[in-house]
Amino acid sequence: MTTGAPANASATGPSRARRVATWLHGRPRTQLRLLLAAPLLWLVLVYLGSLAILLLNAFWTSDPFTGKVNPFDWSLDAFVQIFNNEVYRTIAIRTVGMATLVTATDALLAFPIAYYMARVASPRVRGLLVVAVLMPLWASYLVKVFAWRTILQGNGFLSWVLTPFGIAGPGTDEIANSWLVFSYLWLPYMILPIYAGLERVPRSLLEASADLGARARTTFRRVVLPLVFPALVAGSIFTFSLTLGDYIVPDLVSDAKFIGNVIYDNSSLGDFPVAAAYSMLPIIIVVAYLVVARRLGAFESL
Amino acid sequence: MVESGWVRVGLRLTTWLILGFLYLPLIILGIMAFNESRFMAWPPPGFTLGWFGEALDNPAIPRAFVNSIVAALAAVAIALVLGTLAAMAVQRFAFFGRNSINFLVVLPIALPGVITGIALSTTFQTFGIEFSLMTIIIGHATFCVVIAYNNVVARLRRLPRSPEEASADLGADTWITFRRITMPGMRTALLSGALLAFALSFDEVIVTLFTAGAGTQTIPIWILSAMQRPTQLPVVNVVALVLVLISVIPVYIAQRISGGEAAGARV
Amino acid sequence: MKRLRFPTLLIVAGLFVAACGTAGPSGMLQQLGEGEGELDLVIWAGYAEDGSAFPDFDWVTPFEEETGCIVNSTPMADSAAGVQLLRSGEYDGGSFSGNATDRLMAAGDVQPVNVELLPNYANVFEGLKLQAHNSLDGVPYGVPHGRGPNLLMWNTDEVDAQTTWDGIWENAADYEGQLSIFDSQDFIADAALHLMATQEDLGITNPYQLTQEQFDAAIALLEEQFTHGPQFWSGATFTEQITAFAAGDVTIGTTWQYQVNSLLAEGAPVEAIKPAEGTTGWSDTWMVASEAAHPNCMYMWMNHMMSAEANGQATVYFGEAPTSQEACDYAETIAPGHCEQTHATDEPYWEDIWYWSTAREDCGDEDDSTTCVEFDAWVEAWTTLRGG
Repeated sequence: MTTGAPANASATGPSRARRVATWLHGRPRTQLRLLLAAPLLWLVLVYLGSLAILLLNAFWTSDPFTGKVNPFDWSLDAFVQIFNNEVYRTIAIRTVGMATLVTATDALLAFPIAYYMARVASPRVRGLLVVAVLMPLWASYLVKVFAWRTILQGNGFLSWVLTPFGIAGPGTDEIANSWLVFSYLWLPYMILPIYAGLERVPRSLLEASADLGARARTTFRRVVLPLVFPALVAGSIFTFSLTLGDYIVPDLVSDAKFIGNVIYDNSSLGDFPVAAAYSMLPIIIVVAYLVVARRLGAFESL
Repeated sequence: MVESGWVRVGLRLTTWLILGFLYLPLIILGIMAFNESRFMAWPPPGFTLGWFGEALDNPAIPRAFVNSIVAALAAVAIALVLGTLAAMAVQRFAFFGRNSINFLVVLPIALPGVITGIALSTTFQTFGIEFSLMTIIIGHATFCVVIAYNNVVARLRRLPRSPEEASADLGADTWITFRRITMPGMRTALLSGALLAFALSFDEVIVTLFTAGAGTQTIPIWILSAMQRPTQLPVVNVVALVLVLISVIPVYIAQRISGGEAAGARV
Repeated sequence: MKRLRFPTLLIVAGLFVAACGTAGPSGMLQQLGEGEGELDLVIWAGYAEDGSAFPDFDWVTPFEEETGCIVNSTPMADSAAGVQLLRSGEYDGGSFSGNATDRLMAAGDVQPVNVELLPNYANVFEGLKLQAHNSLDGVPYGVPHGRGPNLLMWNTDEVDAQTTWDGIWENAADYEGQLSIFDSQDFIADAALHLMATQEDLGITNPYQLTQEQFDAAIALLEEQFTHGPQFWSGATFTEQITAFAAGDVTIGTTWQYQVNSLLAEGAPVEAIKPAEGTTGWSDTWMVASEAAHPNCMYMWMNHMMSAEANGQATVYFGEAPTSQEACDYAETIAPGHCEQTHATDEPYWEDIWYWSTAREDCGDEDDSTTCVEFDAWVEAWTTLRGG
């Protein structure tokens, strides 16, 4: 084995890059600090910092006439308003309920197609199916919602289909519309992780289960489901959190108000402290959800 | 577990139904782009190509398109860098707070867009930062980091360390090892992450609404403002249809890159 | 931890900037300089048309060509939203109704206007100058754009001819699920206005300044109406009202002349009136932001919008009353009878039209003993109504 000088050494000794590398080599903690500096600076300073500034507004007051925030005018008025008025609780429950319903719906819808893709379809069909499921993700979110609006409206497609049966179309102010459109929008986000999870289940495990005398149903319940569960939770992070904060879908296809609407309306109408205070609710919910999800192993299946 | 014949048939049927569900609005969209009625009446009273002409005449559309592309490219670039750095730190080192990085990185995408949007908007106003394409890029990069991060972490987990160690043994320094050994191994992960992040940034509307200046429109913002003008609805449909058709290209590329990899990119 | 101290410092620094950064009233422009090349406006939808909707209605392109100021406009959902938009500091000015102008002037978000720099100001009807909604202490703060009433519109195929607002209040049950209502706390005033005629013992004299008892009665009326499943539209979603009427989803509701004109142009069977009790309305003013980045362009725009052509086109397009005789004359050439139809010079017509204005705790009158429900409570009440 030759032991000549490395290619990037100049006549006067190793290059600067190499010297830095050597210096770093013995200092793993400095390496770590350098690696983490940029991402942490961005995420903590820019992102968390912005959140902190927003949440500070929750503890300030705003002028009832002009709507301007009075910074450093500490008060809990915004929180008092939210706790005293029942409507904020109603809206929160409605939103969390919708998010849960949408998650359950998407899980139910995603599983059969993901299973078919992962274990039944031939490799060629599987590739096509993955493309087919990914494509709607690329269509604009706004446009998809708008297309549903035209389908659901009074003289829209759905009405046209249902009229011969004597059923009226839903119109554009049913809360069920939101359920339908949310489930539609986030379905690919649920299909993909479940598909990935199912693909990872080794065939040998299923054969062993069969060898030990388990019927298909039992194998599914005791072997497949537990293995895929983290992937399901990973997918649910999206269906749940995306539904929790959305305000455009409820605005366009229904007339009901959700958490996102309250935050948006209050911030755009000038009661900023209330918007900021109410924002704490979805933040707490999402953080709690993420903690549970991580516990269940979802982060590895994302 | 060999699935019984009935189960297979049932699964195939369900798959087709669900695919139909996924594509119904897109098909309606396609039909609407040719709908003669300005107010989206159904069934269409007639068909016309006129809306395509109107779309071509509108100068705001290509401007918005360019803005969207530039913003997405820049955001993806930043997200790739930050995500890779963080992923390498997490995968290669053990340190206090390591588990929190996962958490921190996924937060911008998990929290409601309206909160992220308002928070960033308030901060920009507080510090007197003027709203422009740059502020849009900052917002987008923040929630795209997680995509790069997840892809790289997953890949690094699977990459054996022995080639890197061998490279070091042979006298290569950190940079050369990274450039010649680690990067090629990560390349496809980075590419699929980049594609998905690009799609996310291109289509994002809520955070963008809060971080865009008066004069900067991305395609989703243009769509939203056009949807609010009664005479522009058919043009919106045209633009939407064209976007869907164009997007076949990146999806196809994504599939080719990932090859046999499950599900292409990891969200 | 060392790493945490720097971010904290930055946040605290930012807070100081926020606290000190509030704008006081600035001086007004003394001299008109060169155009800055850009103009960012907050508008009511339809107030800055560039021909992309209808080629005949374009008062933006000629302006851009003449001054070099490229116009970017953002529509507002309602007045309160418009106030917040202007406050973001991203805009040079906008067209605001009375319930935005009073708050903007009080908060110092807009600057006084030097009308000497605006040659077209001389033409404006005297009755629109130096009003409570566009001036402060005798100093003009904006230039008028146009004014109009909020109207009652119905589908003539499905609904009998209306003469009062009863259709959306007492008779709302007849139109279950087919009412179209303006989605804003400002609509509470419409409820109060109806009560002025139907429950005189409440003693409401001004639909915007209500005692707690009067306010509660208005809310009760709205709660009753909401049980009949109304659909909602706003300044940002008025196209939804147009498509909903055209599709037959809604058959009766409150509206602006703009939607009426759009629907009639499409051949939809609708009619709209100012009902017998009177109605709420708006008188809109162009104002300049205190911290406007492009004040010269803004002044040029204001002057342009008072010109005969621009104001004539704009008011015909939206269906509102022009602000000068010259604009009226021009409007006659593109829409004969427009001035008369919109009652531009017919002052008695406006006597039962209550321009949008903001609720104040002191009721806005000289009587110290009166207390009214303030605007904040209106916002919360509307949130409660809508969210329930």
